[in-house]
Amino acid sequence: MIPISWYLVLSAALFSIGVGAFLIKRNIISIFMSIELMLNAVNLAFVAFAHHWHQVSGQIFVFFVMVVAAAEAAVGLAIIIAVFRSRETLNVDQINLMKL
Amino acid sequence: MTAVSPALRILPEILLTLTGVLVMVTEPLLSAKTSRKPLGIFALLGTLAAIAASAWQLHLPAGTAFFNTIQTDAFSVFFHLLIGGILLVTLLVSLNYFEGHSTYVGEFYALLLFSAVGMMLMTSAIELLMVFLGLEISSISTYILAGYRKRSAVSAEASIKYFLLGSFATAFFLYGVALCFGATGSTNIHSIATGVASGSSPLLLALALGMMLIGLGFKVSAAPFHVWTPDVYEGAPAPVVGFMSTAPKAAAFAVLLRITYTGFGTMSHIWIPLLWIMAVASMTIGNLGALTQRNVKRMLAYSSIAHAGYLLVAFTAFSADGLAAACFYTAAYAAMNVGAFAIISYLSGYDERRVHLQDYAGLAKRHPLASAAMAIFLLSLIGIPFTAGFFGKFYVFTTAMHSGLWILVTIGLLNSGLAAFYYLRFLSQLYMQPYDAAQDISEAPAQPAFVLGIAILVAAVLVLGIIPNRVLRLAQAGAATYFPCSGTNAAEVHTQPNLLR
Repeated sequence: MIPISWYLVLSAALFSIGVGAFLIKRNIISIFMSIELMLNAVNLAFVAFAHHWHQVSGQIFVFFVMVVAAAEAAVGLAIIIAVFRSRETLNVDQINLMKL
Repeated sequence: MTAVSPALRILPEILLTLTGVLVMVTEPLLSAKTSRKPLGIFALLGTLAAIAASAWQLHLPAGTAFFNTIQTDAFSVFFHLLIGGILLVTLLVSLNYFEGHSTYVGEFYALLLFSAVGMMLMTSAIELLMVFLGLEISSISTYILAGYRKRSAVSAEASIKYFLLGSFATAFFLYGVALCFGATGSTNIHSIATGVASGSSPLLLALALGMMLIGLGFKVSAAPFHVWTPDVYEGAPAPVVGFMSTAPKAAAFAVLLRITYTGFGTMSHIWIPLLWIMAVASMTIGNLGALTQRNVKRMLAYSSIAHAGYLLVAFTAFSADGLAAACFYTAAYAAMNVGAFAIISYLSGYDERRVHLQDYAGLAKRHPLASAAMAIFLLSLIGIPFTAGFFGKFYVFTTAMHSGLWILVTIGLLNSGLAAFYYLRFLSQLYMQPYDAAQDISEAPAQPAFVLGIAILVAAVLVLGIIPNRVLRLAQAGAATYFPCSGTNAAEVHTQPNLLR
């Protein structure tokens, strides 16, 4: 039996990799993928905790997260296409019409 | 007491969803050249019905529905009415905005409606799953709305920035929810409150709270999670900015209230210092940032960060009055900010012709009425007496003083003084500068719907500033659902509006 802490460490590691990639990556698609990685880290944590508490509600939460992530991907990719059409690049450093 | 049908508890949401779906279904049936205005008017009717349904909910006994995920009480009704009102005026002022520029305006109305549905669900949710769903329904719709000037590169850029940072924030919020579930074994706010009070696994709970604060901090654009705000507000269409700088913030603040006051009420020693820091940072960064801006939309974006800071001051008070003050301030802020962006949307039009401060020089001569309305909104944003902004700030800072937050109140008042400078600079551009006839742009005359929308907003700003009793009483009734035993405090506050007159 694998203790729950292992899952949580893996989940935290995935989430941190996601955050790090979000900050480092320069391609919008890669940034988008790092957000998906963060969401999957959340899902892993939910499933581990649901097992720990012997409650299905955590697993049900995961289904909702997956559905919402799919909806978000649909809109996100559409926005990415809109950006590519107007700028012909997906590098975030060049999407800088507005500066602080 | 007879049981209330669960469907009645989400009646405003049902009405708005039906209207939105009907608009969506009708849109492709119309030929490309037909005006989409009838769809907008239909959306307006649906919104009016939803507002009436929310007001009617006040007569229902407070209670939960759908397996303890939804709770209707005075608090949720207050925010339902507020979001419904914001939606109504946004529809009114944007009825002509896209006329002749975009062929898919029907979807615009539907997205506004769906976005409002999500926000309304957030304010009545007492289950974090429902909060998450509401948050995403509203966010995904607003991501699209931000990019609605399709051929504009700036608009697409605003949309992608909003989308990436918004999803990033949502992931943080979700991780917080997961940790919360791990610590208490539930995602229901009341069960979480029991778990928090029992004092087990405090470290995990503190981490969960911190993560959720980061996520919601992004949504309300509180510093240090504010970086997206100026860019998104600059690029998005002006009527949309008016909507998304007020309604989602009101909803996120409602969630923040439910989570901190109810869920983590017994851990206030942890979140009060965090909110204190966020309040000071938001006020200071917002006002200092706005000082340096020459673009009016960016200036108002920084000002909205500052106003999020004033709201957080009310949170930090952690009392029934603080809660009522926060509710009241969201309403006051909504009236003046939607108004300011509506006037900008009219004066600069779909093509955003007037974006810089100097473009507004002497406009009071050419547009006396629009400038007068703008002046009222700006004075209210400063916090001049007899406007909503004044009473909102007054109430927020007095409740903070009652809770002994002297340093915070001092910083807040200094910031209000600082803020007056850039609002007055805008005002002096309108009224004191000579009008350059060479830069004359012929605007379409203001449509009746737009005038009606502005009239409602001006009336709201003045009513909330001069006779705030009714709204205040509703806000206090909402606050009483959190602090049932604070009768003395509520009675004390009831006399305050009278002191003003």
